[in-house]
Amino acid sequence: MIKQHPTIKSTLIAFAYLAPMLIITLVFNIYPIFKSFAMSFYTKYDFFTDKVSALGWANYKFIFSDPDFYLSVRNTLIFVLGVVPFSVLLSLIIALLLHRVRFLAGLFKTAYFLPFVTSTVAISLVWQWIYNDQYGLLNAFLSHFGVHPIDWLNDPHWAMPALIIMTIWKGLGFNIILFLVGLSNIDKRYDQVAQIDGANAWQRFIHVTLPLLSPMTFLVSVTSVISGFKVFDEIFVLFGGSPGPGKSTLTIVFYLYQKFYSEWKYGIAAASGVVLFLLILVVTIIQFWYSRKHVHYA
Amino acid sequence: MTKKRISQALLIIILTLGAITMLVPFIWMLSTALKTAPETVRVPPTWIPKHLQWQNFVTAWHAAPFLTYFINSLIVTTVTTIGQLFTTILAAFAFSRLNFYGKNFLFALFLSTMMVPGEMLIIPNFVTLSKFSLINTFGALIIPWLASFFAVFTLRQTFNAIPNELYYAAKLDGSSDWHFLWTMMVPLSKSAITAIGILEVIGSWNSFMWPLIVTNTAKVRTLPVGLNAFTSDAGTQFQLLMAASTFVILPMIIVYLCLQKYIIAGISKSGLKG
Repeated sequence: MIKQHPTIKSTLIAFAYLAPMLIITLVFNIYPIFKSFAMSFYTKYDFFTDKVSALGWANYKFIFSDPDFYLSVRNTLIFVLGVVPFSVLLSLIIALLLHRVRFLAGLFKTAYFLPFVTSTVAISLVWQWIYNDQYGLLNAFLSHFGVHPIDWLNDPHWAMPALIIMTIWKGLGFNIILFLVGLSNIDKRYDQVAQIDGANAWQRFIHVTLPLLSPMTFLVSVTSVISGFKVFDEIFVLFGGSPGPGKSTLTIVFYLYQKFYSEWKYGIAAASGVVLFLLILVVTIIQFWYSRKHVHYA
Repeated sequence: MTKKRISQALLIIILTLGAITMLVPFIWMLSTALKTAPETVRVPPTWIPKHLQWQNFVTAWHAAPFLTYFINSLIVTTVTTIGQLFTTILAAFAFSRLNFYGKNFLFALFLSTMMVPGEMLIIPNFVTLSKFSLINTFGALIIPWLASFFAVFTLRQTFNAIPNELYYAAKLDGSSDWHFLWTMMVPLSKSAITAIGILEVIGSWNSFMWPLIVTNTAKVRTLPVGLNAFTSDAGTQFQLLMAASTFVILPMIIVYLCLQKYIIAGISKSGLKG
């Protein structure tokens, strides 16, 4: 970096470079953050004129006494808890295997990563068909093991598992790539030293690989949790625009969408958005706090 | 060394089984897309259709304005990606090489906004775009995505890695910042820029919630929204639904297979997107 003090002239030049990005970001990223917080307090709001005639806590009072909102928070947490641990564990295992395999690694990577680049809408339609209770592939497969047909998408008990399975499948490749990066960054000498000291493969994995991989495990967990909190597209398509049978897959973003787009209750939708933001913030802070004790930066 | 061979063989078997599981939905989609209507509901299901029904693709393509959706998606993806790369390159250069008042403040401000879920911004952005009468236009689909701080952040790191000596030398030769940026920095960062571009192409092409909210006529719908609308027309004609899904998915699979190494490098460099 050139150690020069900024001058008015250099500032003007820099802002000329920044201007296109700055204008868009200010209008569509920064301003709406503040506007969202503000809107969550609008209790009488005319969307067409953007005029606010009353402010208050009524939107928050509404969502915190709305059983649907509690349900959406609960479902979102169940979804995150259902997806993240399995996704992290599975992608870690596959990455470890891919890291060791000496043939066809590229081909395998392509296969595992493919779902990530595909349209969520299109692939959710495919899964909708796979989950079909009468003619679906999954029930046909399970029938070999004597399992009676499950009505995956219409039974409130099975809708969430169906959603979770599909989400894990779609996100696996992304996490695998991150773990592979983490694994290739580990200096092989650590492993060799442990081997000389007589550690077996399992001990080396637990005491060498896993601690050295922990920053990446942490990153994968944080990104998976954040994207889990924002799930929407998959639900919308899988359940044909509904929040699942008996609202069993009504998540926070789906709640926000319904309040905003179907019911035109902007203030309530904004309040649920603020709660979503705070939830993500709190969970991420907890993860960072936990990581200070358990993540080892070599 | 036989022990090593056995373990390698075992690895390959496990990974192959896993890979097949990952690919089954795609195979099933294609298989269904090539079946006749009665064959789609046969129990037990068949993997290879008796008579390949290629005309299903033609029927599905004409059953809804997919050509319009396709062109719309193409326009939105192209303009968004090129526009975003342009704003990103300029801003990344400013953050990487230029000195200005408020640099650290702006950078910190942008970094902190990355924590905010984009879903929260949908409501105010919808209101803003309505004020400009841009709802249900390409403007609404494109303009909010013309800048991404995530992309700026990634590219800035690549720019920072370019030695300052090059910059000094260019300055001594009397080359302007603008000239230096486009003739030195951009070509030197080609792979990073390609990676950012491809990730944006994929994101833009597959984007659903925002286009769903800001479009309400077929004229401006993108492919994913159009495909979703098609589901109610197609009903239970699974072969048509799967044929339509195939041509929504196919372009990105082609992009991915051709440019795989850039995509993976892009994610590896900054796995923060999500």
